[in-house]
Amino acid sequence: MAAFHFELVSPERLLFSGDVEAVAVPGTEGQFTVMKGHAATMSTLKPGIVEVDRGSSKQRLFVRGGFADVSSTGLTILAEQAIPVEELDLARIEREIKNAQEDVADATGDDARRMAVEKIAQLQEVKAALGL
Amino acid sequence: MASLKDLRNRISSVKATQKITKAMQMVAAAKLRRAQLSAEAARPYAERMESVLANVAGGVTGGGPVLLSGNGRDDVHLLVVCTAERGLCGAFNSSIVRLARERAFALMSAGKTVKILCVGKKGYDQLRRQFEKQIVELIELRSVKQMAFTDADPIGKKLIAMFEAGEFDVATLFFSRFRSVILQIPTELQIIPAQINAAGVAQAADTGASAPYEYEPGEAEILATLLPRNISVQVFRALLENAASEQGARMSSMDNATRNAGEMIKKQTIIYNRSRQAMITKELIEIISGAEAL
Repeated sequence: MAAFHFELVSPERLLFSGDVEAVAVPGTEGQFTVMKGHAATMSTLKPGIVEVDRGSSKQRLFVRGGFADVSSTGLTILAEQAIPVEELDLARIEREIKNAQEDVADATGDDARRMAVEKIAQLQEVKAALGL
Repeated sequence: MASLKDLRNRISSVKATQKITKAMQMVAAAKLRRAQLSAEAARPYAERMESVLANVAGGVTGGGPVLLSGNGRDDVHLLVVCTAERGLCGAFNSSIVRLARERAFALMSAGKTVKILCVGKKGYDQLRRQFEKQIVELIELRSVKQMAFTDADPIGKKLIAMFEAGEFDVATLFFSRFRSVILQIPTELQIIPAQINAAGVAQAADTGASAPYEYEPGEAEILATLLPRNISVQVFRALLENAASEQGARMSSMDNATRNAGEMIKKQTIIYNRSRQAMITKELIEIISGAEAL
């Protein structure tokens, strides 16, 4: 399989930069996988797992929202926060869920509440996906 | 003429001060390295953000969201002044404050309303005297050891909330850009409405023509999430640059202080030795002339 360039950056640092074969991205409109020659796309992300396939090895990272930018030069994910799955534990996700629940309670507008409720559902999905 | 004891005391006190400034210099050097590393680590994100934003904004037809095009007014200016929490770092705080103050006076003489939001206590202390009423809020980051995005994000959110509530029309960020240990440049950066790098837009338009972007969910929604994030990122970047600049400024000013203390010790020691010698000579003369008189 042909490789393309992939970069994962969070505000604090560059987490991943290198050539990969495929990356599964949790887009807000649904999961999609990027391979070489993917059409130029710009998508927002939901909290979820990014799966990086480097041919010989796979790596999974948890991202908490952000953007994916697919262009002719490769894929760039601008994550709000990104943590390798190995470093993720139940307590952390629980904490995120709790935060989101507080957001629901604090939300003033309908839109804000809807977004917070969606976030809880997404986080619960992640929790299930990890089998925690 | 100071007595020998006074001189001795003065020398030992300067020595103690020198030890402190020396220690502060070394601490600042260590902190500077860390601050520089994190500023460099944050650079890729900000750069990608800029290019993505230029890409999307280049494709937007019409005015776009208010964060990008502004709300059409230019009456109330918010100056976000980022300074340090601590002093003893040379002209670092004053130079940022000076820039902000000049800007504020220029705006006020042009008949605009000026509001000030201080991030960092030192800037607040200096601005309070002249702009007591205009200061909207003080955000302290005293407890923050290592600047994280989670520290900058609330500030960005607050700015957006204030903007949406119509509290200001234009927001400008004041901070110090880090060039080197001896050079920090006070900078102002307009963040609302967002300023898109013109070259980036042109470039995006070129590449955009050959490869049209697909937007998920939609262009407007993406821009609506991208712009608020961009503001937080700009604030974060400013805070990181500031942190590095602060440590750089402190390092060089403490280096100066250590050197000055060294010079002072040298001078005082010479005076001390001279007056000690004079005293001994005087005593000898007294003894000898006393012996001769017998």
